[in-house]
Amino acid sequence: MNGKTEVSFTVNGEEQLLNVDNRTTLLDALREHLHLTGTKKGCDHGQCGACTVIVDGRRINACLTLAVMHEGDNVTTIEGLGVPGNLHPMQAAFVKHDGFQCGYCTPGQICSSVAVLEEIKANIPSHATSDLTQQAKISDIEIRERMSGNLCRCGAYSNILDAIVEVAEARP
Amino acid sequence: MKAFTYERAATAEAAVQAATKNPGAKFIAGGTNLLDLMKLEIETPQHLIDVNGTGLDKIEVTPEGGLRIGASVRNTDLAANETVRRDYGLLSRALVAGASGQLRNKATTAGNLLQRTRCPYFYDPNQPCNKRQAGSGCSAIGGVTRQLGVIGTSDACIATHPSDMAVAMRALDAEIETVKSDGSTRSIPIADFYRLPGNTPHIETILQDGEFITAVVLPKPVGGKQIYRKVRDRASYAFALVSIAAVIQPDGRGRVAVGGVAPKPWRMEAAEAELAKGARATSGILLDGARPTDDNRFKIDLVERTLGAVIAEARV
Repeated sequence: MNGKTEVSFTVNGEEQLLNVDNRTTLLDALREHLHLTGTKKGCDHGQCGACTVIVDGRRINACLTLAVMHEGDNVTTIEGLGVPGNLHPMQAAFVKHDGFQCGYCTPGQICSSVAVLEEIKANIPSHATSDLTQQAKISDIEIRERMSGNLCRCGAYSNILDAIVEVAEARP
Repeated sequence: MKAFTYERAATAEAAVQAATKNPGAKFIAGGTNLLDLMKLEIETPQHLIDVNGTGLDKIEVTPEGGLRIGASVRNTDLAANETVRRDYGLLSRALVAGASGQLRNKATTAGNLLQRTRCPYFYDPNQPCNKRQAGSGCSAIGGVTRQLGVIGTSDACIATHPSDMAVAMRALDAEIETVKSDGSTRSIPIADFYRLPGNTPHIETILQDGEFITAVVLPKPVGGKQIYRKVRDRASYAFALVSIAAVIQPDGRGRVAVGGVAPKPWRMEAAEAELAKGARATSGILLDGARPTDDNRFKIDLVERTLGAVIAEARV
């Protein structure tokens, strides 16, 4: 019985080749094998959103997917969005609006926020979308609904919302 | 998590053959429920067959004017599909009422149908559960049952089916297309797909060992006002206490399926004949024979009130 599999995928623009135990989640591959510890392990059961990363343009819970299922995929983590001195606009907006307290959920919140604005642009509906036949629009209620998979136990939600709205309004 | 071997299947046929060769194997697509259960060692497959590469990710109009939805179409893509939004709005609404954006980006059509209950006793390996371990007993009965089932349940199990999507699929008379281990195919009306628990709550569908879902097919659009109303403890990201999937025609006739109350999406065609008389008459027949607990008796009234709100909304 071979419990290991070779897999290659791109993380933040860099090609990675791993030979991992099949049980390794994408989250553990990022943190334990590639030492990208920006992505956080919260509940490890897909309930809190702290592990949110962007894979092939879509946000997912890295804890609920196996690394070996990502052959050829393109993964972006918080480290790939921006770095100190060259922050992604969403990272800068979270700092400006104080969109965190302890900061543990923040990488997941920011990855999710970036993807949420893309989802609205791509006209993907949400529970808060009033008319399915119209282009989805950015609004407080849309952003709150779409961010419901990211929990913040410090309760920084209103500042997180302010940060996302500012980036949304600044976009062309 | 227990150790397992892993392979990627390139076609549905290859997936079925791999399952035949590896008893105790499971198919994995989104993995959002299966991996969670594997971490808790509630699911312990010895072999995983990754079916993401089988090309079953398309949504196509059928020659009959319906819609064939590939088994691995993601919940996000199904909810966002233009034809679904226009002609099967109920389905789109049910999908976006469920889970979170992250989960919907991974979760698939077939996986959503096959997800396991969220009964807290099923998830707690320290307590007996007939669904998790056949014959071990039910801890939910006599326990905390507010979220649990009121109809279609048995003395062995009072768990509910957690899906929102399946409730809409039931109202839309979806059919589930499969390949069996001998290579033959069949199409199963969703009304026949789920089994009630009886004495065997660990057996949840009529699928045979190694049988593989390839698509879910919707008949041609039925029109009408299509409404999915979900009542839950939070405004977002929570399972339904009660949900109603309804198609109401201008003359008041229609279809109603209910979620959050039973081990499967609950629909009684006989109740639909009462729709013109209102919510009380309809829900009376729908929930006839219900066996609620003291903790979840409120669901009986909640179905009636939610259905009343849906009928009122359809008249606007």
